[in-house]
Amino acid sequence: MKEQDARQAVQAAISQVAPDVEPDDLEGCARLRQDLELDSLDFLHLVETIAKTTGVDIPERDYPAVATVDGLVGYLAGHS
Amino acid sequence: MPSLGADMEHGKVVEWLVKPGDYVHKGDIVAAVDTDKTVMDIESFEEGVVAEFLVDIGDTVNVGTPIARFTPTPADRSPAPSEPTPTVASAGEPRPAPAVVEPKVPSPPAVKHGSKISPPVRHLAHSLGVDVGSIRGSGLNGEVTRADVESAAAESTARGVPAAPGAQNGPAYQRRMRSSPRARRLATQVGVDLQEVVGTGPDGAITESDVRRAAGAATGKRVEAMASEPPRQAEPAVDAAPRSRKEIGGDKAATLRQAIGSLMSRSKKEIPHYYLANTLDLATAMAWMQSQNQQRPVSSRLVPSALLLKATALAAKETPEMNGFFTRGTFHPSASVHLGVAVALRHGGLVAPALHDAQTLTLDELMDKLRGLVSRARAGRLQRAEMTDPTITVTNLGDLGVDSVYGVIYPPQVAMVGFGKVLEQPWAHNGMLGIRHTVAATLSADHRVSDGLRGGRFLSRIDELLQRPEEL
Repeated sequence: MKEQDARQAVQAAISQVAPDVEPDDLEGCARLRQDLELDSLDFLHLVETIAKTTGVDIPERDYPAVATVDGLVGYLAGHS
Repeated sequence: MPSLGADMEHGKVVEWLVKPGDYVHKGDIVAAVDTDKTVMDIESFEEGVVAEFLVDIGDTVNVGTPIARFTPTPADRSPAPSEPTPTVASAGEPRPAPAVVEPKVPSPPAVKHGSKISPPVRHLAHSLGVDVGSIRGSGLNGEVTRADVESAAAESTARGVPAAPGAQNGPAYQRRMRSSPRARRLATQVGVDLQEVVGTGPDGAITESDVRRAAGAATGKRVEAMASEPPRQAEPAVDAAPRSRKEIGGDKAATLRQAIGSLMSRSKKEIPHYYLANTLDLATAMAWMQSQNQQRPVSSRLVPSALLLKATALAAKETPEMNGFFTRGTFHPSASVHLGVAVALRHGGLVAPALHDAQTLTLDELMDKLRGLVSRARAGRLQRAEMTDPTITVTNLGDLGVDSVYGVIYPPQVAMVGFGKVLEQPWAHNGMLGIRHTVAATLSADHRVSDGLRGGRFLSRIDELLQRPEEL
């Protein structure tokens, strides 16, 4: 997956999980839990949404790698 | 207006989800009510046909005030569909016929419970097919008399005819789907009928993306549909929702803040809190959960909160002094554990709806219900039963980063459990130092009901239960 597509998929998934997060807040370095205030259920929902839309299943052991917006984008770009 | 929580004094009807003439089953969702805390769906306690609304959208009334009047189902109501009449439910439009039938009674109380009635009169009501709950008693102390029953019977026969066409519009409402306010707003914007949308959210709830998908699919279909059936009127209830929700959105945070403030002040004034803390060893629980999650598709993965909540529910079941209500100077333990879960709302504030009978749920069921509960809480879509009085509450603030949290007890409950962040920490075990997952569990409990010894036992019990995660 191209990085551009990955970023779009991530943005779409985040806006579905947390509709009130402003697109402006989605900076690459934003941390999903601390900065975007996703709790563990939101995060699970995000991983689920991404699996559905991109086919990339992020196993639990890789969660630390996808803790930021950029981390997640990079992970998707590298795994599909 | 039902009470939707111990601290609720009044509520505002923000949306009617039925309209006069609709046939309503017991338990059907009939309206959305704005308390100071959140917007909640309320269900009908009775079965019957909606005769009229007694309050308009936007009206704030005290708990106990009748908000709608039902008539019992006329037994001879013909099921033959008649022409769909334009819907009549929206606020401001003239009231339908029933209001004319009995102009002398501007607001008959639709109090369903507690109406007095003697057995012979009840029998008469039963044989005439009249719902005694819907009758205004004219006798002594509001007792329902024989004459009341007879006039109610006559009235419902008279109303049977006008009510029927409306009721035929009903099926769409009867299979009304859950949907988020955002989804409804979007549906209105793009002109999608929610009845035709397949929901993919929790419990089949219609999400925003479902609406988008339907909007795409419908563009082609719409043209044919227009030819074969008259264009549907926008359903007023659905249509009214986004507006009213938006209007209340602005001051929502402020009123919620006030409600929380006054409840917490009351708690700190009335309840002699004592506080305990314990660090729980989660090594076994986390290892078990991770191995479970490896074998599971992402949609059924567990989160640590689910284990913590289940262990708390089981421990609360075993420790009656933590689980129940303190009212009128006495403690009333609860037989079941309705576990309140504090949910932070994104625009600020929090609500703590209940996972009912949490001690009986499997982890998967609990996970499922937890996800549904949290998403509905955030969407402002809690149901009355979920808000009515959890018997003990858990705050899981650690999920968003703090190491430990000492909660304030929600009156009339007597205990609040707090979980901090799940951390990796150095941990001495059998004379060896290792790195383990731990969590700080805290208890705020009511000294009128229990002492530190009992509270400490409760916390250690949670710890013990977490050491055998496979049995949770």
